[in-house]
Amino acid sequence: MSYKFGLYILKRFGMAFLTIFIVIFMTFFIMHAIPASPFSSEKARTDATIAALEAKYGFDKPLPVQFVNYLRGVFVFDFGLSTAWVGYTVFDLIKGGLSYSMRIGFSAAFIAIVFGVLLGALAAINRDRWVDKIIQLITTALVSLPSFVVATLFLLIFGLWLRWLPTISTNPGGLVMPVAALALYPMAYITRLERSSMLDVLGQDFIRTAHAKGLSKFKVLFKHALKCAVSPVITYAGPMMAYILTGSMVVENIFSVPGLGRLFVNSMLRTDYMMIMGVTIFLTLMIVVMNFLSDVLYKIMDPRIDLE
Amino acid sequence: MALLEVRDLKTSFFTPMGEIKAVDGVSFDLDKGRVLGIVGESGSGKSVSAYSILQILTPPGKVVGGSVKFNGDELVGASEKKIRDIRGNRISIIFQDPMTSLTPVFTIGNQLMEAILLHTDRNKKEARARAVEMLGLVGINDPERRMGQYSFELSGGMRQRVMIAMALACEPDILIADEPTTALDVTIQAQIIELMTELQHKLGMAIIMITHDLGVIASICDEVIVMYAGKVCERGTADQIFYNPKHEYTKGLLRSIPNIESDDKERLIPISGMPLDMLHMPAGCAFAPRCDRAMKICLTSQPQEYFVAQDHISACWVNIQEGIQSGLIKLDENGGVKV
Amino acid sequence: MSDKVSALNSLISLQIKPGDFLPATEAEKKQQVVMRDSISFMRDALKRLSRNKLAMVCLCVILVIMLIAFVVPYFYPYTYQQQDVVSAYTRPFQYSAKEQTRIANGEKVFPHIMGTDALGRDYAIRVIYGTRISLLAGIVSAVIVIIIGIIYGSVSGYLGGKVDLIMMRVVDIIYSLPDVLIVILLSVAIQDMIRSSTNELIQRLGAGMVSIFIVFGLLYWVSMARQVRGQILSLKEQEYALASRAIGTSAARIIRTHMIPNCVSIIIIIAALQIPSAIFTESFLSFLGLGVSIPMPSLGSLASEARTGLQSYPYLLLFPAISIFSIVLSFNLLGNGLRDAFDPKLRS
Repeated sequence: MSYKFGLYILKRFGMAFLTIFIVIFMTFFIMHAIPASPFSSEKARTDATIAALEAKYGFDKPLPVQFVNYLRGVFVFDFGLSTAWVGYTVFDLIKGGLSYSMRIGFSAAFIAIVFGVLLGALAAINRDRWVDKIIQLITTALVSLPSFVVATLFLLIFGLWLRWLPTISTNPGGLVMPVAALALYPMAYITRLERSSMLDVLGQDFIRTAHAKGLSKFKVLFKHALKCAVSPVITYAGPMMAYILTGSMVVENIFSVPGLGRLFVNSMLRTDYMMIMGVTIFLTLMIVVMNFLSDVLYKIMDPRIDLE
Repeated sequence: MALLEVRDLKTSFFTPMGEIKAVDGVSFDLDKGRVLGIVGESGSGKSVSAYSILQILTPPGKVVGGSVKFNGDELVGASEKKIRDIRGNRISIIFQDPMTSLTPVFTIGNQLMEAILLHTDRNKKEARARAVEMLGLVGINDPERRMGQYSFELSGGMRQRVMIAMALACEPDILIADEPTTALDVTIQAQIIELMTELQHKLGMAIIMITHDLGVIASICDEVIVMYAGKVCERGTADQIFYNPKHEYTKGLLRSIPNIESDDKERLIPISGMPLDMLHMPAGCAFAPRCDRAMKICLTSQPQEYFVAQDHISACWVNIQEGIQSGLIKLDENGGVKV
Repeated sequence: MSDKVSALNSLISLQIKPGDFLPATEAEKKQQVVMRDSISFMRDALKRLSRNKLAMVCLCVILVIMLIAFVVPYFYPYTYQQQDVVSAYTRPFQYSAKEQTRIANGEKVFPHIMGTDALGRDYAIRVIYGTRISLLAGIVSAVIVIIIGIIYGSVSGYLGGKVDLIMMRVVDIIYSLPDVLIVILLSVAIQDMIRSSTNELIQRLGAGMVSIFIVFGLLYWVSMARQVRGQILSLKEQEYALASRAIGTSAARIIRTHMIPNCVSIIIIIAALQIPSAIFTESFLSFLGLGVSIPMPSLGSLASEARTGLQSYPYLLLFPAISIFSIVLSFNLLGNGLRDAFDPKLRS
């Protein structure tokens, strides 16, 4: 087990590394394929000042040299200087937004997993009964609603009409709506995933064995079935991370949360290419790490899986 | 009073296409320490009968009628708790496919101890000792190490041994073996059957052996039930069934297996036709469409269970006709029966 | 002895008619057996699908929405860019002061079914155009995914061996890329390039659409390719494929009778589920301002614009929201229905 497992982790690690490298490569060359200089759009600037600025940011060197320099920087989280927020490094700005995004992101992920697994199991146990039907109806509706619609409707209903919750995130309770808006879709997705996985497990022979042993229904469901049925949910952790990170771009904007997502959108509006590259790579890093962790955890949870 | 009395047991599956009567009026007795065989082809209701006794059917399956008495206590309609106390404790079951019958994410030891802890007063340490003892009893070497292994680390035969150990850990009165050898290699099959016979002599439990392998039945069973389409065709001692079969289906089954003692010119005769579509059961005898000796009445009316001899029952119109001809059954002038 | 057995049989009750014990004929026996009709896989699947009421309703909803989105603009009295600032924020089925005077003058004014937006543009036609963009994004993406996925997957599965190994490694890598981030990145870059582009089609489609199509072409086909490859690989090893080869069936017939029906189901299912994902991505980008170029509306950009004055004019959010919800919901439910119909094994 341990040797094979180590090999697997090594392989998986190499894969993660490759993914990050490809994304850095793509990001760098896509951004540098844009014909216009990042400074030409800013107000009226003379060619001389633009040249001076480009020299300062290192844009005057040949592209491969720039890429190697950039790559070297990325390994120590040095994503260069922001061009729109003068005087700040890209990493400073990312750090500033990260704490907000982490807070709402992890709360949303936690809520999505806990409620998703419970609702999914509940639906599967009550298969085809009204509880199941209602859960299925609601989750199908929820996975058909884009995050911006959910967030704006929340803002309208709970913020403006009912006035239950503050519309500005910095007020007390202000993070409730962003978290809820981010959590709904992954929660519904996990519910559906858990339901079908649980149904699959409940049809397995070992569940019959557990019943035949005389175990109570509760123990059969929550000891034998649930442990097998949560594995697919673990594999969803990576995609969920990606969803929450991209979803936060919309949600943070709607609720004015000063997080990474809003920073990213603002960078796009202000055509700050260094920021766009930096944030993209940083977000990719988080998604890849999450994917890596969830894959490793999956193997630990479910010893059946062949380690190739 | 027999240890287990099953009377007119009926189990149906309620599918979107309609009701499937998987078990339709099965009756039998099982005495202490005896071995009862249930044979029949796939879908004849053998396994469902067994699951119905323990009420471990998966929806949409449901026991819809009849009675199952264990030591005189009615199990059909009994409380969940009462049945749970019997399951894995007084009546145990092992399944066809040992590959999938053990939970993959828990160790063998964990699963073995689960039943022991549940049904006996043993503490964790004693339960562990008992589990190790059981693994040794079923012929697994190095049981201490096996306790910490997962089912996927064992071979098929090993897993079935673990299943047997788990089923017998609480010294049940009845062991139901639901096709215990079907999914195994032929050499392993013989070992498992041998092990079961050995343990039966040692521990003295009764066994219900469900199989479609007549060889297995012949080697260990005292009594045999032959099932077809959810009903009992024939029931008798092993000798009666093998040497003096009465039902046309039983005869067909026996003709379809090779016999070493017979002269080799005799050919195997398969039963012609297909098993039934259980959603569309014929009005008469379910076997009639495939039966060489089918009569008009076979197609219109279901044969009742008829004693051809002491302890030997056959549900076949041919037997009833013979009974009438030999005068065992006397008809009155309207064609009704005269007692 | 025989008396004892007779006594055991005392519970039997019989009613025998003359002739009952005559042998039954083969024809009579056959009559008893109800055989299920054997029908082809495709017809069986379509039959199952047509019996699924929910899926059929969704199919109708999709067709109706498509009809509206692609036909109505041709004879609708307003265009999506026709501004009339005086008539701004007219509520649904109401007329602005200017229009009321026109009506008073005996003119016929077509009602604003969904009101007008901040610039006085008719909102109904804007929502219709937005819906059209969403449908276009979904359908074109599905087509791209189907074409690339099938070709890549079948080549990989058919050739097998080392080629398959390498091709699947590529799929693994693509699979692990964060797709939405790359879409965003590409749209940022493409938006910049579009400004200087003279190609009218690209201009009209906008950065979001073009980058979505590019990214779908680059990234999204991998799950389709994986499934198609898996089907073909497993099929090559199936006994029935081997058996039909052994009895001399031609390769073409094996492909027609075994391979296509097996792949068609998975292709249909994945394509149907691809559409909502593309619609989501497009509307998400438009919401961030990376989608279609203004003044062309998209459901995402409409929702984004609706945020100004949300409290006073919530209908500006509700109409595009309802539209996108009903499209995506219908596709999702239809996708589930297709999965149930075409892959009974997957039935939950």
